[in-house]
Order: sequence, then structure tokens, then C-alpha cells
Amino acid sequence: MADDIQWRPDASLANLRLRAGMLAQVRQFFTDRDVLEVETPLLCQATGTDPHLEALALELTPGDLRFLHTSPEFAMKRLLAAGSGPIYQLCKTFRQDETGQRHNPEFTMLEWYRPGFDDHRLMDEVEALTRACLPSDVFAGQATIPRIPYRELFRRTLALDLLFASDKELLACVEQYTDVGEMALSRDDTLHLLMSLAIEPRLREPVFVTEFPASQAALAQVTQDDEGGAVARRFELFVGGMELANGYLELTDNTEQSRRFDADNRQRQRAGLPVRAADTRLLAALAHGLPPSAGVALGFDRLVMLAAGAGHIREVISFVADNA
Amino acid sequence: MATFSTNEFKPGLKVLLDGDPCSILDNEFVKPGKGQAFNRVKLRNLLNGRVWERTFKSGESLEAADVMETDMSYLYSDAEFWHFMKTDGSFEQFPADKAAVADALNWLKEEDVYVVTLYNGSPISVTPPNFVEIEVVETDPGLKGDTAQGGSKPATLASGAVVKVPLFVNIGDVLRVDTRTGEYQNRVR
Repeated sequence: MADDIQWRPDASLANLRLRAGMLAQVRQFFTDRDVLEVETPLLCQATGTDPHLEALALELTPGDLRFLHTSPEFAMKRLLAAGSGPIYQLCKTFRQDETGQRHNPEFTMLEWYRPGFDDHRLMDEVEALTRACLPSDVFAGQATIPRIPYRELFRRTLALDLLFASDKELLACVEQYTDVGEMALSRDDTLHLLMSLAIEPRLREPVFVTEFPASQAALAQVTQDDEGGAVARRFELFVGGMELANGYLELTDNTEQSRRFDADNRQRQRAGLPVRAADTRLLAALAHGLPPSAGVALGFDRLVMLAAGAGHIREVISFVADNA
Repeated sequence: MATFSTNEFKPGLKVLLDGDPCSILDNEFVKPGKGQAFNRVKLRNLLNGRVWERTFKSGESLEAADVMETDMSYLYSDAEFWHFMKTDGSFEQFPADKAAVADALNWLKEEDVYVVTLYNGSPISVTPPNFVEIEVVETDPGLKGDTAQGGSKPATLASGAVVKVPLFVNIGDVLRVDTRTGEYQNRVR
């Protein structure tokens, strides 16, 4: 009977040793730079409103609903507002219904914030960290990781200019890659599909994608690009055809933050998803004043995947959700 | 009928898509850090055999298809149908049309057991076993003493299949053949 039960770890012991070494490396990297390690609650009273992220919920006492965080962002911003200075966190993060080759519902996030940095200075630091953690062949001889605006990336890879391309043209491009049947797709859904199916697999060598469409700003500031289009001061790092990190020049305006929470919740209502109450403690901290900061979240499991040359996330996690 | 959500799509699951029964071959979850999650699903249409990839928004669901795979022995054919009978002792018989038996047509032998796929109770496909043993009904005369040497010739089997066989094979020999490749394996008797 016991012979039938799968009890062995998913990751090899060699990869677990590699992982432990990388955790130590990350901590050393931030110690050397005087960035403070912090721990914030996993179990929170409020959760994010992002319509594409579902938090796992549980009852602290009967009827008292708490959420496992989908990122430590809100609590870390409250620390920044309280004057913490630069901070980082390595923590477990939870997202409902995310299981796949590169997703486990419980994963390890490396998130850090730099008061006084802008997004480009933070990209320099993200690059320094990845170079410290990954074998040099990952960088394929690049002196620095190139930074390509989102619009330019679509122009180069798919010959689509997003400023002028109609929804119909975008959909026609999607249909070259997959059959979507009668699926209802918003313009952003279509862009996400093109990014995931057509562009991301080609981003083998490291690249920072910058200047995301304002509609995909999430918690980043919105500014104008050279041609006057509204773009988000948001960046993503892709390595080995995989999204590794997502960063912002952080939104500090509490009124704008509140407006985005409301917009998310309206979208949630339209999609039949539960509305999530705005995190009033975060809004109060922003009202008090968040220092101008840049922040970034990096998937630590994926960083280990790249170092180990792993094709599936289970190769670097001791026990994945199915085996936990 | 039950429905299945994208996170329950596993290889082998049978679902209804655009009115046709389909078998799921593969399911890949893709999600940009900020944005809609999708599942890229590889499917086989069980009516026409077409294999393709359809993308769904994660969380969408499909109705289960009433598809069953059952062992049945082949009985006989008339002008229009090929008749099979369940091997579970029920003696229940099912007529399969030409489209359903297409993949097995070359390998049918009375009393042999096949996997018959039923959709809403009717056969939609017949899968032969990986290996069948069938008698040769036509081939050039065998060359004695040629068992070691290479060289081959065509032989027609009782089921109608034409396979390449070694030169020593004679009419009346029973051959073991791999139905997936159509290749001769050995002479059984």
C-alpha cells in the first residue's frame, strides 16, 4: 500500500541545494547594498482588486474572512510610507487557480522597493541581481540587457503598430497562432494573448520590456511617450522565453490609487467576480505620503529554473501543490 | 451532463466543443503577470480526427461528451455496416458505418476484439489492437531456403491489407502485423 503513495520530492536534491545557495546569494546581494529584509503578513484583511488575480481566502475565526496575499506590495508600501527606507522581502505568495509549467498556486516571490530610484535605475539593479545569480551564458554575451518599449516590441516582432492597429487586425494576428473560437476578447486580452503566444516564447535572450500601454499600468505611474501616447512606467524582464520580473515607478497618489481600485471593481462586477473592498490602510498610508519609489517583484522559483536549466517549475520546488 | 472547467482539462477527457465530441490531448496554462489567464488546449475531434489547438480563457467550462470506449468483438459486415458485439456477456450488438471503421478496416478479423468508441450510444471509431495475426491470401510463391537473406514482396492478407513480407512467406501462412505501422513482425504459423 505505502509503495503506491507518491511521497518523494518533486525537485532533485541537487536543485534544492542550488535553490538554498541562491536564497543566500539574494540575501547577501541586498545586505551589501544596505537594503533591509522585512517580513509582512501572509494573511491579510484586504486583498488586491486586480480582476485577473484571485486570492485564496480562509476564516481566521468563524465569519472573519482573511486573504492569503497575492503579493506583499500593500504592506511593503505601508512600511515605505512609515520611513523604512529601501526594503526587500522573500516570501511565499498565493494565487488561486494558477497551475502550469511555470505556475504553482504557492510560490516564492522576491519583492523590493527603492525610494529615490526611478524605473530605469531599478532595472540596473534587477540586472545586477540576475547577473549575480545566473550563469553568464544566460546573457549570451550582452554587455547590458536591452530595454525595448512595448509598442516597439510589437512593431519589431509582429509588424503591428499598436497606436494604429485596429482590434480586428490584432485578432487576425492572434488567429495565426491559435484558434480562439467565439471567445469575447477585449483589446487588452488580445494584447495579452499575443504577448504570451507570439512574443514571449521568442524572448530567449534577456530583455526589459518598458512603456506598457496605460491600460496595463496596474500600480505604475502613467506618463507620455515620445509621440504623446499614454504609457505606464512599468517594466518586465524576460529571460529564456519566460517572464521573470515586473516593476513600476510606483504610483504615490492616493486619489489615483483609489480611482484604480474602483475601476478594477467595476470590471470585476462586469465579469461576475467578487468585488474586493479597497485596502483602506494602504490608501491612508499613501495619503500620509509614499516617498517617490520604484519597486519590482521577481519570481524566485523561475530564477532557480533558469539557473538549473529546468523546463518545469516542479523541478525546483520541493513539493508542488499536487504533492503537498 | 457534467461540465468541466479549464483547470480540470486532463489528457483523455472527452468534451463537447462546437457540438462535436473531442478528446483533450494536452492543456497548457499561460498567464501574463498582469492580465487575463488562458489555457492552450490541444484537442482531437473524435468525429473527423482533426487535431488542433484552441485557446480558452481560464475558468471557462465545456460540457462533458457522452463518449465511452468499449471492448467489442467483430462479427461480420453487410453492404452498409460492420457489426460488433460487446464482450461483457451482454451480447449487445452495434453497427458501425464506414467512417467509424475507417482506421480498422484493413485489420478486421472475425472474433478478434477491438476498442469501439461510442458517442451517445453509437460507434464513432474502431481501434484495432496494436498487433493482429492474419492469414495471407495472396503473394508470389515462397523461395525456399531464403529465410536469412533480405528482400521483400507484397502479400495480401485476409482482411484486405497489403503488407511487405520476406520472400519465404507463402499463401496460407499466418502473420503477426503491427497495425500502427502496417509492418510485418513475424510468421506465426
